[in-house]
Amino acid sequence: MTNAPTEAIDVARQQPYPGAPDNWKRFFTFSTDHKVIGIQYIVTAFVFFLIGGLLSMIMRGELVTPEANLVDRTIYNALFTMHGSIMLFLWTFPVLVGISNYLVPLMIGARDMAFPRLNAVSFWLIPVVGILMLASFLVPGGPSQSGWWAYPPVSLQNPTGNLINGQVLWILAIAISGVSSIMGGVNFVTTIFRMRAPGMTWFRTPAFVWSVLAAQLIQLYGLPALTAGAVMLLLDLTVGTSFFAPERGGNPVLYQHFFWFYSHPAVYVMVLPVFGIFSEVFPVYARKPLFGYRVVAVSSVLITVVSATVWVHHMFASGTPGWMRMLFMFTTMLVAVPTGVKVFAWVATIWGGKLRLNTAMLFAMGGLVNFVFAGITGVMLGSVPIDIHVNNTYFVVAHFHYVIYGAIVFGIYAGLYHWFPKMTGRMYYEGLGKVHFALTLAGTWLCFLPMHFSGLMGMPRRVSSYDPEFALWNVLASLGGFLLGMSTLPFILNMVSSWIQGEKAPNNPWKAIGLEWLTTSPPPVENFEEIPTVISPPYGYGRNEPLIENQSEAVPADGVTT
Amino acid sequence: MRTINIRAVLTISLFVAFLTIASFWVAGQAPSWLPPQASAESKLYDELFSILSGIGTFILLGITLVLLYAVLFQRAAKYDDGDGPSIEGNTAIEIIWTLVPLGLVIWIATYSYQIYDTMAIRGPVELVHLHNPIEMKSALAVPLDEVKPQLPTEEIDVTAKQWAWVFRYPENVTSTELHLPVDHRIRLALHSDDVLHGFYVPAFRLKQDVIPNKTIDFEFTPIRIGKYRLRDSLYSGTYFAANQADVVVESAEDYDRWLANAAKQTPTPAFNPASAEYNRASEKTLVRGWKSVPPAPPPVVNFAPKQEPSSPPA
Ligand code: HEM
Ligand SMILES: [Cu+2]
Repeated sequence: MTNAPTEAIDVARQQPYPGAPDNWKRFFTFSTDHKVIGIQYIVTAFVFFLIGGLLSMIMRGELVTPEANLVDRTIYNALFTMHGSIMLFLWTFPVLVGISNYLVPLMIGARDMAFPRLNAVSFWLIPVVGILMLASFLVPGGPSQSGWWAYPPVSLQNPTGNLINGQVLWILAIAISGVSSIMGGVNFVTTIFRMRAPGMTWFRTPAFVWSVLAAQLIQLYGLPALTAGAVMLLLDLTVGTSFFAPERGGNPVLYQHFFWFYSHPAVYVMVLPVFGIFSEVFPVYARKPLFGYRVVAVSSVLITVVSATVWVHHMFASGTPGWMRMLFMFTTMLVAVPTGVKVFAWVATIWGGKLRLNTAMLFAMGGLVNFVFAGITGVMLGSVPIDIHVNNTYFVVAHFHYVIYGAIVFGIYAGLYHWFPKMTGRMYYEGLGKVHFALTLAGTWLCFLPMHFSGLMGMPRRVSSYDPEFALWNVLASLGGFLLGMSTLPFILNMVSSWIQGEKAPNNPWKAIGLEWLTTSPPPVENFEEIPTVISPPYGYGRNEPLIENQSEAVPADGVTT
Repeated sequence: MRTINIRAVLTISLFVAFLTIASFWVAGQAPSWLPPQASAESKLYDELFSILSGIGTFILLGITLVLLYAVLFQRAAKYDDGDGPSIEGNTAIEIIWTLVPLGLVIWIATYSYQIYDTMAIRGPVELVHLHNPIEMKSALAVPLDEVKPQLPTEEIDVTAKQWAWVFRYPENVTSTELHLPVDHRIRLALHSDDVLHGFYVPAFRLKQDVIPNKTIDFEFTPIRIGKYRLRDSLYSGTYFAANQADVVVESAEDYDRWLANAAKQTPTPAFNPASAEYNRASEKTLVRGWKSVPPAPPPVVNFAPKQEPSSPPA
């Protein structure tokens, strides 16, 4: 009974044709199907996650001992630059765009994104970004060594004197990634505004969709600033203009404003979709409606607005006058409020429910705790006097890894497990999933908790050698790092083997409420036989009400309902 | 109904009491994670950090324990695939958990403001000292004046470069070691010869980026005799990690003696880890590197230590 509908649809459409859900070759084509593109994004990004992870493990290898004795310092500096850049621009952004791409049209009851071709172009720019980044290892002088934020004057120094150098390739890669993201932003915002199914008012739109909207709005207002900064940097580097070059009268601090005006909100581009995943996952596995759904939904947009006004907190120890430090301290602290509201709402959603501790739920709950930790260190960093001491130390590294690994990667894993049956039509192995969770949780804490202490003691970030007093914390962090490396193995094993030979998935294995669960697993090319008409809000757990018109059962486990 | 309420109130009170005790304990531990308090500013810092650690513990532990309780005791029974209660929200609770954090962060920001204002570490382009509109200095537990005796201010010029620190004292005495008289207000003028650097002495809890083409005034008061480490905190290229110097805080008499003695020495090149390492590049590591910006020649200074910085572990 499970896959009969898929076949029926297939027969009706006279399979196979390139976009068909059972044709793996479609992943290697310029497909315009948002589901194919979503998976293209996710898999490509995951490859770069592994590459970025490999780089980080070489770094952790170097940091096992205080001296710089594993790789040359220039290599170490290239490693952390490429690690950061790859992890952000080739893993976190693309994987989240992939998940959003896959889910948004399904969740809002649309047949595809608003601009399917543009969508495909956005994706195919990502391999170009990746090739540019990796190619920079091969040019004379090696890759960029100025960190993922590429502050001038270091980023302008170019010791080889070549016109083609790692820094130029890096800027080009970032610019192309920016173009891809802007196109994606336009596409998502248009899709969400214009293509929601009949009856899906704003307050019947799933929280995930709200959070994607909030995130993509940031891309639209923020990326132009980053792009402008990058172009000026490129001109300084190649044709010798003097925007940021101090020896020619430029102002290097100006670059920091351009950079952080986008790159602070960018952290919310990354975390908001994860908030959305939390908001979807908790109700399903706690069997309760999302607590305060409307507030949770609206707070995403509030975060978008407030996060536009806090960027100077990355420059508290920089060339910023006291009044600016104070002003941005207040705005920074304000972000914690809508964020805190979400956290409480999730806890209240879980509380008193009937919990099912599937892998997805475990990752989401672990991610929530990690995020609270990161938020607390975030507020500490937002306090100017505190930041003055720990700015640019391992404390900051610890803070943002708790967010990016602890919350965002956890959230991504939660989402991938949760929607794996929908995406592939197969079930994953729960046991392997739990092993994966346990290793990831242990690795995250072992790797990143000690960094708080070395940072508080005064160990700067980005150092290739350090004083012996920091050794203990670094050995622990390195062990945790290697454990995290290992933790990806059960995940890969699980995903690959389940996709090939896992048990066939019903349409709605988790008995979840949501349009994506009303169609087949995997969904047909056009997503829905018939566009559904939404008649109730998205989280009706415990109420046994239909979500759409003419729905046969309130929470259908399988079978065709649309 | 009544008994249930009493039980609930009791449980919650116990829970809060436990969280409070744990938070106070962590707040007590927090200063021990930090280097010795070698400046007046570090005392203010540690107090603020301790308070924030306590608040943070309360929140993190509270949320984690609630979730842990749910995981242990609120799981669906094996064959129960029904739903939980259909609770969609609670306006009163939602208002509370918006206003309480709002009040909390406003308080933290205000308190941080006062601490920063009291530190008065100056920093860039502060030509007019903007005064605190919400001034409540008397509320501060450690007024800086108490720990900051009014002795004459010592003015020292600091130059950062790839990769060395050079300090210039009155009468043009130069050194690659920073000597400071204890309990005096110190005013540094920070310059960079090339890229951005960061002046950072963890034991002072103070940091300021050093920016080319700009002189930045920076003030603080060392209060503890000893030898501490100055680190470059803003990534400055290949030998960034090796760009360190010793900071020697000594009594005013020792300081004067040192200064007089240094003034008599003819300038010689100091030991410079970056250029030493550059000259024997690729000997030490397993994997050869790429071409680097060459380090500036070792600084030629009156007081020129011939070995690496040697401050004891903090
Ligand atoms: C309560 C919310 C948060 C607050 C108040 C906060 C505050 C801060 C502050 C003040 C800094 C600057 C520290 C410094 O450089 O000295 C910082 C750094 C950072 N934060 Fe957060 N943060 C929060 C949440 C997040 C989230 C959600 C993310 C990611 C999605 C994030 C990612 C980062 C990153 C990547 C950095 C370091 C950037 C760099 O220097 O390379 N933070 N945070
Ligand atoms: Cu930020």
